Amino acid sequence: MHGVYSLLVAPFVDYAFMQRALAGSLLLSLGACPIGVFLMLRRMSLSGDAMSHAILPGAAAGFLFYGLEILPMTIGGLVAGLVVALGAGAISRFTVQREDASMAAFYLISLALGVLMVSIRGSSVDLMHVLFGTVLALDNEALVLIGSIAAVTLAALFVFWRALVAECLDPLFLRSVSRWGGPVHFVFLGLVVLNLVGGFQALGTLLSVGLMMLPAAAARFWTNRAGFMCVLSVAIGFASCTAGLLLSYHAALPSGPAIVLSAGIVYFLSILLGPRGVLRTRTIAHRHRTA
Amino acid sequence: MTEPCLTFQDLTLGYNSHPAVHHLSGTVRRGSLTAVVGANGSGKSTLMKGIVGILKPMSGTVVKASGARIAYLPQQSELDRTFPARVLDLVSMGLWPRRGLLGRHTAQDRESVAAALQAVGLQDFEQRALDTLSGGQLQRALFARVLVQDADLILLDEPFNAIDAKTVGDLIDLIRRWHGEERTVMVVAHDLDLVRRHFPETLLMARQPMAWGETLATLKPENLLRARRFHEAWEENAPWCEPEGHAHPHEHEHDGHGHDHAHTHGRARGETVPASGPKAA
Repeated sequence: MHGVYSLLVAPFVDYAFMQRALAGSLLLSLGACPIGVFLMLRRMSLSGDAMSHAILPGAAAGFLFYGLEILPMTIGGLVAGLVVALGAGAISRFTVQREDASMAAFYLISLALGVLMVSIRGSSVDLMHVLFGTVLALDNEALVLIGSIAAVTLAALFVFWRALVAECLDPLFLRSVSRWGGPVHFVFLGLVVLNLVGGFQALGTLLSVGLMMLPAAAARFWTNRAGFMCVLSVAIGFASCTAGLLLSYHAALPSGPAIVLSAGIVYFLSILLGPRGVLRTRTIAHRHRTA
Repeated sequence: MTEPCLTFQDLTLGYNSHPAVHHLSGTVRRGSLTAVVGANGSGKSTLMKGIVGILKPMSGTVVKASGARIAYLPQQSELDRTFPARVLDLVSMGLWPRRGLLGRHTAQDRESVAAALQAVGLQDFEQRALDTLSGGQLQRALFARVLVQDADLILLDEPFNAIDAKTVGDLIDLIRRWHGEERTVMVVAHDLDLVRRHFPETLLMARQPMAWGETLATLKPENLLRARRFHEAWEENAPWCEPEGHAHPHEHEHDGHGHDHAHTHGRARGETVPASGPKAA
């Protein structure tokens, strides 16, 4: 009993930095995981990845002018992310180009700018800091920021739920009955950027998208209802964050990758064991009913 | 009865400055049931998109009766069948015009969804996932959604494609029921026998409207022959279409009575050609 306590609970009770890390990453999961579900259902899983790169030049600009400060880097990232997301979204809506191509173009330009800006001033250690995050050094300011982002995300999901589902399920229908089709897409892209910027505090730009996409991808194997899928992805996100932080604590591993790899393990287990996973659909379903 | 539900004024719709629907004028009476026929590429679907408002006119206007609710079933649905949704969720989307983004779905709404599923013969399919439906079952579900929409103007773009005879019969029954309820219905169809049997009025398209009015008169052999001669491909160097003798909509708006004009126009047409629209040249 004592062993279990010291293994699973004690690190969070004994160390304030672990409590902060846990609070920050759980808050992040609350918003990012449902957003990931919608990214996946809209076949934009890789857009999340692209967008996380697009945030880099904004964060780098903040870093360039103010050093390693959370607020300027966040605001910079937010601005860069919104420019890329809305720009790519607008080009796909109003021209012949599809969103995957316009997104690729925008994020590549953005990423190149970002690398250029970091290299002007920063050493590679700083770059690693920007890219892989600082979950074990979250201050109050960062926690409030992540909490606000989670609150805004959940409120927006609640308000726009019906439009988001309709826009995924049958966009032409939505356009024929309401004017929400276009706006809801941009609201959604804004939420993606917001959560990636939140994630970049905790996990860094490269890994924040992992916490967004992996729980969502794993949840797909367990249920066929969009609402339940969102709830399940948050639960998987919570479990991954807790497991990842413990792993990082006990094995002295970097926390960001540990969290994402924990989510990766859940993903592989889901592929194997989920009701819509490999084992159930390939090997067990030999029997069938008469009608 | 002769109230227009839709009025086209010299409507031209198209893509990249090439017209797909060319100078269409006329009215669709409230409560009428019209088949829209014509070869592939003759502008039928384009006309539907123009009425819904997804495609903006290159010139001319579509005037809808004020407050008319439209239900539109496109030919190529953008429906994502892999989305994790049930038949119930799909059909409940039809509540959007009444409940919008945030309105709660009441018990009465749920009843209307159940009644619609019953009407299309999908009463036991509520919980079925969309990716497990056959083509015909999905089409029935989409018709149920149109039922729930409770629209005044119903536009169906080739609803009978790849549908078996029994389902076509059931869907025709629904269309006749809507007709009986004084809803205005326009259906794009290819099966002329089916059109002759079930549709009182027909619009024959070949980019230009070839004939428009009572079905048997519209589908006369000489009209069909003229429509068949129509050349589908765009010509890159086709001359620019200049209005000659066509009443140009802008001129009327300069007079400051564009809206009045629309109504008198529609009524006058309704009186001279009892069926619905003009025999367009």
